[in-house]
Amino acid sequence: MEKTNRKVLVLIHAVLIVASVTMLVPFLWMILTAFKSNTEATSVDPFVIFPSVWRTDAFETMVEYFSFLTLYKNTLLLIFWRIFFAVITATMAGYAFGRLNFFGKNLMFSLVLIQMMVPAQVFIIPQYVMISSLKLTNTIAALVFPGVVTAFGTFLLRQSYMGLPRELEEAARLDGCNIGQSFLYVMAPLTRSSMVALGIFTAIFAYKDLMWPMIVNPNKDMMTLAPALAKLQGQFVTKYPELMAASLIAIIPMVVIYLIFQKQFIEGIATSGGKL
Amino acid sequence: MSHRAKSELAWGWFFILPTIVGLVVLNIYPIFSTIFQSFHRTGDFGMNNVWIGLDNYKKALVDPKIQQSIWNTLKYMISEVPLSIAISLVLAVLLNKKIVGRSAYRMIFFLPMVAAPAAIAMVWKWLYNTDYGLINNVFNIRVSWYSDPNISLYSIAVIGIWSIIGYNLVLFLAGLQEVPRDYYEAATIDGASSTSQFFNITLPLISPTIYFVFVTRIIGAMQVFDSIFLVMDRTNPALNKVQSLVYLFYKYSFEEGNKGAGATIVVILLLITLIITVLQNIGQKRWVHYN
Repeated sequence: MEKTNRKVLVLIHAVLIVASVTMLVPFLWMILTAFKSNTEATSVDPFVIFPSVWRTDAFETMVEYFSFLTLYKNTLLLIFWRIFFAVITATMAGYAFGRLNFFGKNLMFSLVLIQMMVPAQVFIIPQYVMISSLKLTNTIAALVFPGVVTAFGTFLLRQSYMGLPRELEEAARLDGCNIGQSFLYVMAPLTRSSMVALGIFTAIFAYKDLMWPMIVNPNKDMMTLAPALAKLQGQFVTKYPELMAASLIAIIPMVVIYLIFQKQFIEGIATSGGKL
Repeated sequence: MSHRAKSELAWGWFFILPTIVGLVVLNIYPIFSTIFQSFHRTGDFGMNNVWIGLDNYKKALVDPKIQQSIWNTLKYMISEVPLSIAISLVLAVLLNKKIVGRSAYRMIFFLPMVAAPAAIAMVWKWLYNTDYGLINNVFNIRVSWYSDPNISLYSIAVIGIWSIIGYNLVLFLAGLQEVPRDYYEAATIDGASSTSQFFNITLPLISPTIYFVFVTRIIGAMQVFDSIFLVMDRTNPALNKVQSLVYLFYKYSFEEGNKGAGATIVVILLLITLIITVLQNIGQKRWVHYN
């Protein structure tokens, strides 16, 4: 018994290690290439795994070429405002849909469901036409625009409110709270974990969003990280160390934040999925 | 109407108003606008659209590029979704045991989720490089991973699978934790092997999670764009065998400025998505167990 257990354990670790290596190799290769010279990166015979000298030339070229601070700033502003609006609007609407009874509720909730079922690309052309006719292209407002409300978040928060016990609200009512007060002081604080989950979810998706920022903010000063990287590829076609260095600079902040708040990230994703 | 009912009506509408206004402006109106647009030919500079009825659809359905892109999208979906779900499910089951390094493994698998897709695409393109790429040089082969029309779609699917495993895995782990431990204990006492426990306990009990992941992944895979846009150069000979519906949507609407044609493509995408959703909903009754 003991012996088979150990064998099984070794097997499990073997599978997990192979999988982990597969997940890590692209990142490691990104790092190794970024520190090579172009000659080293494209040497085949012999094929070079580790750079002979760890050069930072590629990083220097990229930092000079791109104002990464601007890109970070735009990306951060996009993430911040998306989270800000999503959490506020979804917390309010989620409460009303989950806890109150009023005329028109079901009809209005069907709008939320429709949004969730329709592919996002269906909205893009009209959204773009609105932004460009308001002369808002190349602004932070344009980046944030499609994310000021969130059907997904509303659904998530509604589920969270539905899970809270009735007695809480009744106690608040007996204490003389009106609906607004019992929402603000009693109910909303109890959905904090869902708000965090929604925040993380929103951050990841805003950070990874490529098509919308590429369409509305083509201006170099107003770009976010994702489209800037995409554009770079056309300009540094075969300069592999430069491309890898830029990729590294772009992903490191998010990866570091993830490593610090790992638990919240993973739990946030688990909650947001598990709730649906 | 009682005082309470009046108050719920007023507060209820007050709370949902921002969301409803937003949804109507950002989503509901655009659905109609996009459908409306698909019946038009885009005029010069995007102005003076001309009503042309079903012409865009007639053209789209005989356009070999669009036909091929529908097929590409479905093929991508079929290669990405089941494999990514199977792999992440196996990994989740292995990680659901008390083993050393559990959280380190989980952290590694989730890593691609926090990397910008452009960075992921660039490094994979580099790994796939025919002459200098790591894959070809390590295995001493010479495969044109993303420019051979026969395999490039699958190379793109591999990037998709690699990127999404961690996300699926986290959802599966959450689902697995809900399965009561004593079910397994009872089964072990009855002498059930771990394989039979997996098929008779684990799978049925987490089938709602699997269904959820399945539905969201199908929808996600139908909208594949980033990896194709970033890996496939405009001159790539395999592009025609890889480009997805959303890729063509982007190209027609924003690179060629033909919003009528772009709108038509997303309406087709919408219809396909609806059909698949209905089929899934019918199909789920056969295999998803809610307790």
